[in-house]
Amino acid sequence: AYKRFSELLPKEERENACSARVPKSQILTLPELRANPFQHRICRVFSTSYDGDDSMSFEDFLDMLSVFSDSATSDIKSHYAFRIFDFDDDGTLDRKDLEKLVNCLTGQGEESRLSNAEMEQLIQNILEESDIDKDGTINLSEFQHVISRSPDFASSFKIVL
Amino acid sequence: PEETRAAAPVDFLQELPSYQSALRRRAAAGGTQGRRAAPQGSAGLRAAEARGPEQEGGELAARPAREYPLSIAEKRRLRDCQQADIEYLSGWKQWKRTSSKSLKKVLGEVKELLSYLELWRHDIRSIEGKFGTGIQSYFSFLRFLVLLNFVIFILMFSFVTLPTIISEYGIFNSSFTKIPPKNIEPHCTVYKPSGNKGLVYFYTYLKDLLSGTGFLEVTSLFYGYYTIDAAWLSILRYNLPLAYLLATFAYLALSLLWIIKRSGEGFKQSLVHDEDQFQSYCNKVFAGWDFCITDPNAAQLKHRSLQYELQTDLEEERLKRKIADRTMKEKLRIYSLRIFINIIVIAVLSGCFYSIYRATVFSQENSNDISNTNFQANLLVQYLPSMVITLANFIAPQIFSFLIRFEDYSPAFEIRLTLMRCIFVRLANIGVLLFSLWSQISYCATEKCKACGYNYELYPCWESEVGQEMYKLMIFDFIIILAVTLFVDFPRKLLVTHCSCKPVQWCGLQEFGISDNVLEIIYGQTICWIGTFFSPLLPAIATIKYFIIFYVKKISLMHTRKPAARPIRASSSNFFFLVVLLIGLILAFIPLGISIAHIPSSKACGPFRSFNTSWAVIPDTILGFPTGLQQVLHGIASEAFAVPFFMVICLVMFYFIALAGAHKRVVEQLREQLVMESRDKLFLIRKITEAQRH
Repeated sequence: AYKRFSELLPKEERENACSARVPKSQILTLPELRANPFQHRICRVFSTSYDGDDSMSFEDFLDMLSVFSDSATSDIKSHYAFRIFDFDDDGTLDRKDLEKLVNCLTGQGEESRLSNAEMEQLIQNILEESDIDKDGTINLSEFQHVISRSPDFASSFKIVL
Repeated sequence: PEETRAAAPVDFLQELPSYQSALRRRAAAGGTQGRRAAPQGSAGLRAAEARGPEQEGGELAARPAREYPLSIAEKRRLRDCQQADIEYLSGWKQWKRTSSKSLKKVLGEVKELLSYLELWRHDIRSIEGKFGTGIQSYFSFLRFLVLLNFVIFILMFSFVTLPTIISEYGIFNSSFTKIPPKNIEPHCTVYKPSGNKGLVYFYTYLKDLLSGTGFLEVTSLFYGYYTIDAAWLSILRYNLPLAYLLATFAYLALSLLWIIKRSGEGFKQSLVHDEDQFQSYCNKVFAGWDFCITDPNAAQLKHRSLQYELQTDLEEERLKRKIADRTMKEKLRIYSLRIFINIIVIAVLSGCFYSIYRATVFSQENSNDISNTNFQANLLVQYLPSMVITLANFIAPQIFSFLIRFEDYSPAFEIRLTLMRCIFVRLANIGVLLFSLWSQISYCATEKCKACGYNYELYPCWESEVGQEMYKLMIFDFIIILAVTLFVDFPRKLLVTHCSCKPVQWCGLQEFGISDNVLEIIYGQTICWIGTFFSPLLPAIATIKYFIIFYVKKISLMHTRKPAARPIRASSSNFFFLVVLLIGLILAFIPLGISIAHIPSSKACGPFRSFNTSWAVIPDTILGFPTGLQQVLHGIASEAFAVPFFMVICLVMFYFIALAGAHKRVVEQLREQLVMESRDKLFLIRKITEAQRH
């Protein structure tokens, strides 16, 4: 992992890769993240940078890998998945977050989006299945509950270097 | 009212205890704003610590640091806090803590080492990265079958073949006793397997290799080789017939338990909840993106497939609503159409079965005609049943998928029904083959024949015959898989890449059809299970076959296939493979049960010569036990024990069903209560804000 991280840095900084920060644009060239529609959110969630520029240090990189590895508990994975899906960072998944999530899944570009009616129907179904207290948003515990019943989550939410 | 309602929650909800605890947890996790300030971080740590004692009372058994969703820097601080806390504990507790930590570490490292020993670990990972987890599950399944067959082979080899070989060659000072001739008709015991004697043409060897006759028939590959009654190793007596039968039961039980253990996960989920978990929208949306995908093309395809899947599901829901609104006249029309199509399906199936029956009978009649020395024709006749079965397995699914369009089911149900029909065709074909073989074997016209119980003229050693048929099926299956890959996939790829004319491009590359491939290997595995009783070394052949098929399929996948437009999900496909495998295993029990218990064993060859049926060796052995044990065993098998036992099992089952039902009801009630609580909360907040304003 250290090797992969240091490859992202320009040559002169490779010596102290432990303390350097890699800018977001470099991180996004990693093959594992390149094809991922949630790449921006992942960088935002795992980055501990104070300037808000979503750059990642080696520790952040390790953080990210450990959460996406096989040995992370489903608790941790669902916690971070919640944060990744929470596009407006308000602590709950409301309709707008879900809409952005579905658009990420179906791909960029106009022709790959669902129509408004379909989106409404889909969000309605999702909320029906997961919103236990019927307040129109999904909070962390509801999300973790619905993830615990989802059989695909463990196998899809992982990255192998 | 909109703003007031929005404003009220902001004021009051923030003071609610539940919101406060969620806020604390979010701060502990280092929420995006909270991360930057160190004081917030330590507040989070304090919260994490505070949770520790809350949970465990006096004993500070906090979770290991890796289970907290914190960043590395904060985990380090947490670990330092935990270390500091440890010093306050007594010596015993300290030792317990440190030893449990080191034990966990050691276990983790051992697990990691073991995972390096896993077969094909790197290959499967690379497939996962390029094609997603659905196809990867097919290859994991293949790996599972290789291991299963290898274990079965070791079992049969060490308990049946090895003692025979050791005692026949006198290694380790062992000897053997042949089966004592009992008072059976002498004509039943005539068996002269024609091993190749003298100079023979080379192609005879090839023919024997492909059809299991000739020189192969007298080897330990087939049942006829095992003629020893008991092997003696100094004073220990090894009862070979009993070992043969028990090894058969053992490998069936082992397969059953292993498959059930592997399918345990998928099953547990669907028992508790009513809804179909694999089809729920949440599963598709939240766990929909496969984070393993590294290839941009694969990602593009995944996007499209997700969009397609979501759209189909939504459309299906709309269709279901439409179906519920159907009028009586329409319903009548559709049901009569479905009945008509089912009749056609049954007709197609009967056609398949009849043709297999005729082919088997023809092949058996003509292959016993030794004057037929034409090599190719003979081979063709030998392989006729296999060819007919493969043809039926290929044509029937095409017909089914054509017919189901007229039945007007929802798309998901269509797929499932077609799949079920295909599975049934494949497995029933094997059953019909065996049935036609038996009808040939047990066909007895003369009195002499009836004395033996089977057709002794044509089949002096009928178990070897059945073993040979299974062997031929397996070899033919293997050849077909290789041939299809070599002669269909690669030329197709060459054609598509080099020839740019319209029809060829429209055909395009083939997708990797998971269900077809899985049915293929399950068909092969069922043959192996049935055939192992008649041919103990068959699992070794199956192991090698699946080993080679893994590489063939992998190469074919990497080079000639495009990723499927509608990929199957990993979890549902795992469960589906194992369920169908289980069906195959249970269907394999039936022919084996009939051969072991019902059909008289051949008197001319094999370890069960002195018994009426193969099963008879067990009552025989029991008679040799001390009388006390005999009485116990008789008691267990008698009705006086079986009926109360059965009733107790039924009671236990009803108890668990009732318990599950009660739990379900409680869960439903709690959910309704939660909804009510939330509504109460909002209502009260509104009332308070209104009251405050006045």
